[in-house]
Amino acid sequence: MAILIYSESWNGKFRKSTYEIASYAYELAKLSSVEVAAFSFGEISVEELEKLGKYGVKKVYSFPKINKSNNDFAVRAIESISNQYNTVLFSHTYTARMIAPKLSIKINASISTNIITIPSNISPITVKRKAFSSKAIETVEINNDKVILCVSPNSYKLIENNESITIEDLNIEEETENFKINKQEKASGKISLSEAEIIVSTGRGLKGPENWNMIEELAELLNAGTACSKPVSDIGWRPHSEHVGQTGKTVAPNLYIAIGISGAIQHLAGVNSSKIIVAINTDPEAPFFKAADYGIIGDAFKVIPEMIKEIKNIEK
Amino acid sequence: MNIIVCISSVPDTTSKINFTNNNTEFDKNGVQFIINPYDEFGLTKAIKLKENHGGNITVITVGDLSVEPIIRKALAIGADNGVRINMNPDDGFSTAKEIANYLNDNPYDLIIAGRESIDYNGGVVPGMISELLNIPFINACIDLEISERNANLTREIDGGKEMISCSLPLIIGGQKGLVEESELMIPNMRGIMQSRTKPLNIIEPFENKKSNKTIRLEKPPVKSECKFIDGDNVRELIDLLQNDAKVI
Repeated sequence: MAILIYSESWNGKFRKSTYEIASYAYELAKLSSVEVAAFSFGEISVEELEKLGKYGVKKVYSFPKINKSNNDFAVRAIESISNQYNTVLFSHTYTARMIAPKLSIKINASISTNIITIPSNISPITVKRKAFSSKAIETVEINNDKVILCVSPNSYKLIENNESITIEDLNIEEETENFKINKQEKASGKISLSEAEIIVSTGRGLKGPENWNMIEELAELLNAGTACSKPVSDIGWRPHSEHVGQTGKTVAPNLYIAIGISGAIQHLAGVNSSKIIVAINTDPEAPFFKAADYGIIGDAFKVIPEMIKEIKNIEK
Repeated sequence: MNIIVCISSVPDTTSKINFTNNNTEFDKNGVQFIINPYDEFGLTKAIKLKENHGGNITVITVGDLSVEPIIRKALAIGADNGVRINMNPDDGFSTAKEIANYLNDNPYDLIIAGRESIDYNGGVVPGMISELLNIPFINACIDLEISERNANLTREIDGGKEMISCSLPLIIGGQKGLVEESELMIPNMRGIMQSRTKPLNIIEPFENKKSNKTIRLEKPPVKSECKFIDGDNVRELIDLLQNDAKVI
């Protein structure tokens, strides 16, 4: 059962989640002694494509003239190479959420999303996924020879497996039909939340949008993404794209620092897959302390400047 | 304009999660069910579009008799008629297939679904419907304007957003931004009275073919107790993060 993965890029570079999914695919491929191939959309340099080999990919199909945002063409492109593969893997990004369900219909595959482990069985594929907004883990059995799995970003580590890689360019062109991408805009934070290893997140305890300078300074020092609670995005202190929780984004960084967020069950649902959680709150009864690994009962306006000072100290 | 809104009945966001039937099913006992929050943004958007452009709103859901309260609620808020496909929605593919099958025989211009449901979080149904009906799909949609047979949409992507134009019919996977939280509507008495007489069609499933099966449900591992650090000793926290947890 040969394995095909989607190697997603952003501004010509592969995302970290691409290397995670390559590492995951390599482990899965070992279980049935097969090889891993990848496909890529948009102009990517040969040097960048070759980096996939470092994580165990033997072959990459490059579609330089396909824009991943045009999901109908992306699906047709994948269909054209999918015959020899019965497992297609994606990192569960926004792009995967667009393309993978459509692809499953196109190639008669069954699909499962939010996967967090390597399958415990491969015939039929039996694998664990997050459900009920991370309040539960579901083991699902997929009864189909052709399978698409979308693996949660940050749930699988990078493993290097140097392979020599061959590149095949496929010059399929898009036709302009009933679908036009007019413009792209970058989000406010410098680091995409789904891939951030550290997230600094803030709640109403920050008192007002004018107080975010120290948060941005802390995030910059830690190379972290910035997020917020639902009330903060509802009031308009921060954009909706930063809202994490049950009805916003689900994140799973290595370190989640919650500042002035009480920790409502809906917020915790979106962040409880984080490896380490730090809660900073003036209220000793804040529910976040029950979900946190480390806690400081204290005023963010005192604690955050101290954190900034201490982190600058280690960097010296 | 015929607007279809796909809704699903999910446990309230504050629900505690428990399992039954040898840990293979979600335990519905004592749980309050609501319209999936992502779908509720879509329903509200549909009502606003109808105010401006006229038309008819059909809410469609897949589920047994127990999901009818959320259909009645959607009718009370402002949908015109409801459709229930009488099948458990426990597999994304069969759910999408049944909805697409219904839509093959019924008129639609715009299909609004939620990006995902907050129970099983599959997030695959809207994309599958788009492929089955061969219409464009805009997921994580945060803005939608219609003029004549054209739509201008904004969707969230990893690291930003994207503005798209495309013609009807189409399907979106919606989320907050489509309307604001403050725009969500609570049914009034008149709406509730009217909802009782609005049509609700019950349709038997056409195929009901499932491939994915839940083998086991479990709770995530419990975190060890929180270690408290004195607010005057932030250095200790940084030291623990650096040397103990090794995350900075």
